[in-house]
Amino acid sequence: MARIKEDIKEEFEVWEKEDLLNGCQAVSHGVRLADVDVIAAYPIRPYTEVMDVLSKIIADGELDAEYIIADSEHSQFEIVKHASSVGARAFAGSSGTGWMYGFEALVVTATDRLPPLFLVGNRALDDPGAFGVEHNDAMAVRDMGWLLCWVTTAQEALEHVLIGYRVAEDKRVRMPMGLAMDGAFLTHSQHMVQMPTKEAVERFLPVYDLGKRRLHPDNPISIAPQVNEDWVMELRRQNWEAARRAKKVIVEAYQEFNGIFGPRYSSPFFTEFMTGDAEAVMIGLGALAMPARTAVRRLREQGQKVGYVNLRWFRPFPTQELRECLGRFKAVGVIDRDFAHGSPDSGGILLHEIRSCLYPLEDRPNIINFITGLGGRDVSIDDCIRMYDLTLQAKDGEVEDEFVTWIGVRE
Amino acid sequence: MAELPVIDYERITTVHKTPLEEFYTSGHRTCQGCESAMVMRDFSKAAGPRTIATGSTGCMYVANTSYQTTPWIIPWMHTQLGAAGASAVGTSAGLRALMRKGKIPKEKINVITFCGDLGGGDMGLSGISGALQTDLDLLIILYDNESAANTDIQATGLTTYGAQTTFTPPGKKHRIMQRRWKKNVAPMLAVGHPTCRYVATACATYPQLDFLNKVRKALNVGGPTFIHTFDPCPKGWDYHPRYSHELGELGIRSGIFPLYEIIDGKISYTYDPHKKGRVPVRDYLMKQGRFAHLIDEDIDYIQGMVDTMWDEWEIPGVAPFKSELQLASN
Repeated sequence: MARIKEDIKEEFEVWEKEDLLNGCQAVSHGVRLADVDVIAAYPIRPYTEVMDVLSKIIADGELDAEYIIADSEHSQFEIVKHASSVGARAFAGSSGTGWMYGFEALVVTATDRLPPLFLVGNRALDDPGAFGVEHNDAMAVRDMGWLLCWVTTAQEALEHVLIGYRVAEDKRVRMPMGLAMDGAFLTHSQHMVQMPTKEAVERFLPVYDLGKRRLHPDNPISIAPQVNEDWVMELRRQNWEAARRAKKVIVEAYQEFNGIFGPRYSSPFFTEFMTGDAEAVMIGLGALAMPARTAVRRLREQGQKVGYVNLRWFRPFPTQELRECLGRFKAVGVIDRDFAHGSPDSGGILLHEIRSCLYPLEDRPNIINFITGLGGRDVSIDDCIRMYDLTLQAKDGEVEDEFVTWIGVRE
Repeated sequence: MAELPVIDYERITTVHKTPLEEFYTSGHRTCQGCESAMVMRDFSKAAGPRTIATGSTGCMYVANTSYQTTPWIIPWMHTQLGAAGASAVGTSAGLRALMRKGKIPKEKINVITFCGDLGGGDMGLSGISGALQTDLDLLIILYDNESAANTDIQATGLTTYGAQTTFTPPGKKHRIMQRRWKKNVAPMLAVGHPTCRYVATACATYPQLDFLNKVRKALNVGGPTFIHTFDPCPKGWDYHPRYSHELGELGIRSGIFPLYEIIDGKISYTYDPHKKGRVPVRDYLMKQGRFAHLIDEDIDYIQGMVDTMWDEWEIPGVAPFKSELQLASN
């Protein structure tokens, strides 16, 4: 497909080929296309395949980057933070406990307002050991000044490396970008992926420029001195403002992306599926969309008015957009592939965000919550149908005090 | 970075030839007699303006860089307590990639990272080890004042045996709470990283100019390099600030802190006690309040350990092996 960009009046190819890739492989090609300068690797399943693939891409000369095998996740994240401070586009990633091992470095990357991109191949936290997906790992950075989004297909994964760098590096934002994908269900499941051309990517993704904040002998600044009570509040306030500005930058990025690559995203923050006349919908993150959408189709065949909202961006949270979207329905079932023990509703993390988001509505939908799929347990189509049944029941009746249901757990 | 022009530093032979320019200047609030501040001043003076410094959390973070009063003329960035090695790697790798890809002009930029004994010798060891395995140009300076000096003077793995700290107070039942022998960091790193070409120990003020030249030598040798400095600390060691230089000298001359450099695996002693002799460790210990509670028996123990270091270790003062091990002939 050839496209003409109006303001440039020049024709260029947008796509070059189609490949069968899994989520990790797709991200590694996103990193290649973004011409990343520094990559820091440390092994942990399931994110680690992205680093396997990138090392081969570099060995084959398809990307010129420093590839550092770090001694720990903490070092891995500090390496990309510091590479980012001198103006290098940097990439790292992790999963589960590895992500938590480097947590201190993840926090300072945000408070230093540096924009490396991290892949989080979601994995259950130890103990006990489990390779499977749970979202608590990535969720841990949600209040730290991070951009955080979940993708559902390998194609989206590749494209969100590009969108992610663009948003993160924008001088109105400058926040680290967490690109989360479900361990195994996306990191290691294959999809047909269209590969953008280098030329098209260059049109979309500007050069990383830290400007006056770049650390270099020509710009001898001091970064992150001790401020104590004198200035911390003002600096936190700047993080807060950046997180709020990020929403507009995200919208712009998708508009530009659609302009170059075709109308791929109807909405930046979430995707609605068969919600037009729906009375009850479910909302969730990541690969849950697959069984949920199939369940929607089957229930629609039986005449049930159900739909699914696939939430993509978790930080910044699309409050206004979701309020408008979910406010249309009579009942919302929130699916959490995470836990928040001891929290106000004893439900999952997403539940609390959605409840908070919808609270100001005068005519709120009834909200119930499902905790499911923890540690990588399969969430089947039947599980989704059961969750839809419960959500449909909730649409007419009063929601009881206990509205959190564990799905797929041995009782 | 073979393709880059090298800054070929000259050896500083006399005080008069010490560069006049300061790159660590007013704006810090370190204590009177702070020898770690001397380390900061000297490494930046020796390296010059085409240098990026990173420093991990410690007294040389908290006392140096209060917001709006930075003493650093060269670019400087904070890094986390255990991240000295990683900060050097990230900075150096970022510069190398950007230069190789033509994104910034090619030139030699020194990357120097400093960390305290808590950050470098304990928490950050793994990261420093990782850094010393790379082929990047970087210098890591561990400034060792033998305690967590901005946090209340707590013992670290590098605190001298017997010392009083806020974690190791002498009490009615236990006179000595610091029962750990000082960790032998520089040789551990030298032994463990055969491709690291330069490891040294130093004292900012003794012998004169030695530390400045060791920094220059490390930068000239290139690749990942490491210097461990011995920094008397009036606050933590409990003595009058006027004695800082004297205590540094006594620490070296008593043999409790061996002074040497290892270039491409070859060790040379900066202060060789076998030639110049050793003063009793008592002369060093008894000038410091942190050892005031020690009795003769304790001092004899420390003296005995120091004697063993110099008289029995296969590589005196450096490597604690005593073996006569030989390969079997067949």
